Amino acid sequence: MKIHEYQAKAILKASGVPVLESRVVTSAAAAAEAYRELASPVAVVKAQIHAGGRGKGGGVKLVRSAEEAQAAAMGMIGKPLITYQTGPQGQKVKTILVEQGCAIERELYAGMALDRGTRLPMLMVCKDGGVEIEEIAHKHPERILKEAVDPMLGLLPHQGRRLAKELGLPAAQWDKATKFFQALARIYFEKDLSLAEINPLVVTKAGDLLALDAKMNFDSNALYRHPDVVALRDLDEEDPSEVAGQEAGISYISLDGNIGCLVNGAGLAMATMDIIKLCGGEPANFLDVGGGASKDQVACAFRLILADPKVKGILINIFGGILRCTTLADGIVAAVRETGLNIPLVVRLEGTEVEQGRQILKDSGLPITTAATMSEAAEKIVKAIQGR
Amino acid sequence: MSVLVDKNTRVLVQGLGKAGRFHMGQMVQYGTQVVGGVAPGKGGTVVDGVPAFDSVAEAVKATGADASVIYVPAAGCLDSILEADAAGIRLAVVITEGIPANDMVQAFAALRGRGSSMRIIGPNCPGIITPGECKIGIMPGYIHRPGPVGVVSRSGTLTYEAVWQLSERGIGQSTCIGIGGDPLIGTNHIDALRLFENDPKTEAIIMIGEIGGTAEEQAAEFIRKEVRKPVVGFIAGQTAPPGKRMGHAGAIISGGSGKAADKIEALERAGVAVARNPADMAATLVKLLKA
Repeated sequence: MKIHEYQAKAILKASGVPVLESRVVTSAAAAAEAYRELASPVAVVKAQIHAGGRGKGGGVKLVRSAEEAQAAAMGMIGKPLITYQTGPQGQKVKTILVEQGCAIERELYAGMALDRGTRLPMLMVCKDGGVEIEEIAHKHPERILKEAVDPMLGLLPHQGRRLAKELGLPAAQWDKATKFFQALARIYFEKDLSLAEINPLVVTKAGDLLALDAKMNFDSNALYRHPDVVALRDLDEEDPSEVAGQEAGISYISLDGNIGCLVNGAGLAMATMDIIKLCGGEPANFLDVGGGASKDQVACAFRLILADPKVKGILINIFGGILRCTTLADGIVAAVRETGLNIPLVVRLEGTEVEQGRQILKDSGLPITTAATMSEAAEKIVKAIQGR
Repeated sequence: MSVLVDKNTRVLVQGLGKAGRFHMGQMVQYGTQVVGGVAPGKGGTVVDGVPAFDSVAEAVKATGADASVIYVPAAGCLDSILEADAAGIRLAVVITEGIPANDMVQAFAALRGRGSSMRIIGPNCPGIITPGECKIGIMPGYIHRPGPVGVVSRSGTLTYEAVWQLSERGIGQSTCIGIGGDPLIGTNHIDALRLFENDPKTEAIIMIGEIGGTAEEQAAEFIRKEVRKPVVGFIAGQTAPPGKRMGHAGAIISGGSGKAADKIEALERAGVAVARNPADMAATLVKLLKA
């Protein structure tokens, strides 16, 4: 789960990480008022959307008066902001952060994420702040300095000092930097983050370290123990059908194609998308109905697919393990009876109670095409939607 | 021979909720030696014909169990894993899905601190099966048959697909290991490949990976250096868009790493025959063995 910059900064501030004075507003008039309150000759007006690349997309503006703050906010609020991460339709801006300006001496990067190899989270820092860290990781991996963080001990002072020294910070700033990194690591564990990024982390002309931007992603498996984090969720930033899927315990991700897929298991679901593409089709979604899906979940999954106007045909690929083929067949028949079906449906069933499952589909009298293997199923659905 | 589990493996079931009981029954039916169940408060009773214990330690003492399969809810798994280790369990198979990543970070850190030698399979995995001898997990038993192919995979149902393709062609499996789809897992592709390479009964290997992380690239490097047996690979998610999490928490491509194309290329360079089409996994193996 993602949150907005202003929410991440509030979490940082509460844990003792220095951030600039700021105001969160939802109207242009309030942005002007915020500028006056901040009493800073230069302020920054920042659009609050989850996607990255806001600066290049025009969602970050320097302002030098209340009028400029108002005009900048007016240009953002209620309008879609398009960045390389939002797609061409952009993401509508509802909230604006108006923040004090500061005199920047250096821009650095600090982040924390899980390292699968060592099975420990890594605190990472880099001298190249403000740029895409993935790009640096790709081109100059040696420029990223790392320290593994023990979950029981947190980041130890000597680890913080090492990072500070190698970043080229003067000895007088090592203590400040260490405290900054330690706080970031503490938040990572306490709030169950999957990713924390301070990019840039700035050193001001006065020698202070500040989080100028902040990004936090949370481990969705751990949200049950963080109601305060769940309260920060902004559903407007998420795809409504993906949210509906999550509520039903289904993982659903909409894609650009026209063949709806209903599969059990994430790996098989991805493989089903792959085989559709190999047969010349385009999947409309990724859908994993889960290992132990109920008849209702199957029906819900089916409705989600049918709700997508792009969908011209449906492929169901089930290898029943825990999920019995009979449960699947009952769910499909119920959903089709309820919603009707005017597009081709190809079903491939294998696994637990397969014969009875096939019989249920046959006895339903519904126009369902069956297939014995996944390649046969993919070929049949691609052929069936041709010319539709 | 086979790897990790066979007819002598004595298995405990931790967590006797609905799922735990259902799959305990399936394992017993398959012929697995299920020697006990662990559910605090149920000690001294018999659940579905299997003696229940209050703790793993008591169960191990009474039954001599050496393996345990964990079905407890996600919030309790950190405790269950460490309890199994403290009781001297050799192999813990963690089926549970949705364990917080930091809980697994803590589990692995604690096990390292203890100098533990317990092997973990999973979490978020279908388990491990040596056909005809021992099934620990949730896979449908009937699709397997004994034979010479070792199968290792991050995905559950896709593993069944591969196994079914093999069995349909009359090719059996030595052992099938579902290593799990989470970012942090106990047994990885390389561990499984090493086990299969050293197992005299395994003659060929199918390795199924998916997008996200660099485990398959590292496995490719290991295969190039240390695996002499023929290996067939498949990578799920060739058509997945970047940045989206495809069900498995591990299956996310970010910043250019974890792409299917990179994994396929790395595997092919290591001499692995990579099936592009998931329907061709067994056929690719047959072709490779004939060549």
